[in-house]
Amino acid sequence: MNQIFTVASKEFYDGLRNRWLVSITVIFTVLSLGLTYFGSASAGELGITSLSTTIASLASLAVFLIPLIALLVSYDSFIGEQENGTLLLLLTYPLSKTQLLLGKFIGQGGIISVAILLGFGASACLLYVNMGSIEVLSTFGVFIGSAILLGLSFTAIAYIISLSVSEKSKAAGFALIVWFLFALVFDLALLALLVGIEDGISQQGLTQLMMLNPADIFRLVNLAGLDRGDVNGVLAIAINASLTQFQLFSLLLLWVLLPLTTAIIIFRRKSL
Amino acid sequence: MTLNLTHSPLVLLKNVGKNYGKSPVLQGIDLQLDQGEVLGLFGHNGAGKTTMMKLILGVISPSHGDIEVMGVAPDSKEAWHMRAKIGFLPENVSFYEQLTGFEVITYLSKLKGFDKKHAIALLEQVGVAHAMKRQVKTYSKGMRQRLGLAQAFIGHPQLLLLDEPTVGLDPIATADFYKTVDQLKNQGTSVILCSHVLPGVEKHIDRAMIISSGKVIATGTLEVLRKSADLPVSIKAYGLNGALREDGHLLKYFNNTKSDDILLVPEQEKLATLRHLLNYPNLQNIEMNSANLEQLYQYFLSKEYQVNTNENTVIENLEGQS
Repeated sequence: MNQIFTVASKEFYDGLRNRWLVSITVIFTVLSLGLTYFGSASAGELGITSLSTTIASLASLAVFLIPLIALLVSYDSFIGEQENGTLLLLLTYPLSKTQLLLGKFIGQGGIISVAILLGFGASACLLYVNMGSIEVLSTFGVFIGSAILLGLSFTAIAYIISLSVSEKSKAAGFALIVWFLFALVFDLALLALLVGIEDGISQQGLTQLMMLNPADIFRLVNLAGLDRGDVNGVLAIAINASLTQFQLFSLLLLWVLLPLTTAIIIFRRKSL
Repeated sequence: MTLNLTHSPLVLLKNVGKNYGKSPVLQGIDLQLDQGEVLGLFGHNGAGKTTMMKLILGVISPSHGDIEVMGVAPDSKEAWHMRAKIGFLPENVSFYEQLTGFEVITYLSKLKGFDKKHAIALLEQVGVAHAMKRQVKTYSKGMRQRLGLAQAFIGHPQLLLLDEPTVGLDPIATADFYKTVDQLKNQGTSVILCSHVLPGVEKHIDRAMIISSGKVIATGTLEVLRKSADLPVSIKAYGLNGALREDGHLLKYFNNTKSDDILLVPEQEKLATLRHLLNYPNLQNIEMNSANLEQLYQYFLSKEYQVNTNENTVIENLEGQS
């Protein structure tokens, strides 16, 4: 365990030193406070919006931003060290490949998690001070928890990319493609299926397909309990499916563990 | 009563080979390295030196043959704790640019179970303590190489594998490095030193191994290699003002392509030639040099090249006949 935490603390410190933590926290804080306070500006109102509208806006923002940032932070974790020669060096130390990968995951996952907690936590505090409702804290608890799992999931996916390519530039390219597929193309494809198939696709089938994308599971977790007026598109149909929040959280956790295990298997088989 | 004290070698390679895909990178490598011994590993680019180091480090496994380091297979789980006793300096390593030199060595020291004090001592030993609070990205090439050496020395290793350790070091730093190698050797550390910079290495190694295209083409002490190569000894006499060129006995020893008065004398005729030179009354000094490592290296590599060329010619002729 010592080895894992040594690597984790170095990775976390690295993130502090190269300003990742500060930058991400500032981005999350500015955007979440902005959406919380100015979310209803388009309706001609200014000030704190309803909890439902705030979470819907934040979820729509986070579903694009968190995967992109997680991929950017982690895409070069292994290929970068391989190109610098430090990966070969570290593997001559009393440190297993699994320990190294888990250490990096805890360190870099820690950066994403702290940034999400601070950034979106600021909105929770603002709403709690204005509304004084305990519901704010529980709803934001679910939002922040699922956002962290979403970030960790894409960190693990970034590791698979980083361990599978031979050049850092290729890893960057693949990371962007993965983001594009999960954040944009997947939902468009679902919409195309809904509209394009003659007999339509069943609600059950649609929900099952959405489980193939951690970003959609994140959306479902957060939008399921909101006013229906704040939810539209494919999600509005899928939300009617009978998956509990616990099941959705479990699926999101599975989306962390599966890519992480895959990354470990790839790393173990990787020859330097 | 006699005591039968046997000690196992620190590194043992028996008929080791490594293939990448179908192409062999190393073939039939035998090596025994004892405690406190320094082995110089030499070869052209792509000869298989780095692959051999990776095999000894346990980062990759051999395709055939057996490897033992400190009594265990280096790629096995049993070798886990042995890794803290091995120091490695890879070629062209680039450390974490954002971190300071102190942070880099502290991180790597912790991975081997050592604390900050040990890291500071190592930075002082390699001469970068004055810059340890600076980020690595501000370091010169020589300072980065010293940082690499500092991490290789973590935990007083029993075995050191150094890939091009003097690249980027100035002459003083190179001398300091070899001084450290000598000290470590005296303390019982075994060293495998891989270098392209041959001048200056030979004083610090006990044995040399020259590899080419994945095969060992020469191995042994420099004396053994000199005997095997049978290269002439160079003798330069001072104070004779060209008289040697008129000496019928010595004429055959002149290298006609050079204008200087250097005799190239076969090893077995060295003493007789020296006695002959001592008969010159004007002789002021004699400088004598046996074949150095660079000459030996060139000799064995060119011999290997000739053998390969001849083999290819024979094969081409046979193919032509059939």
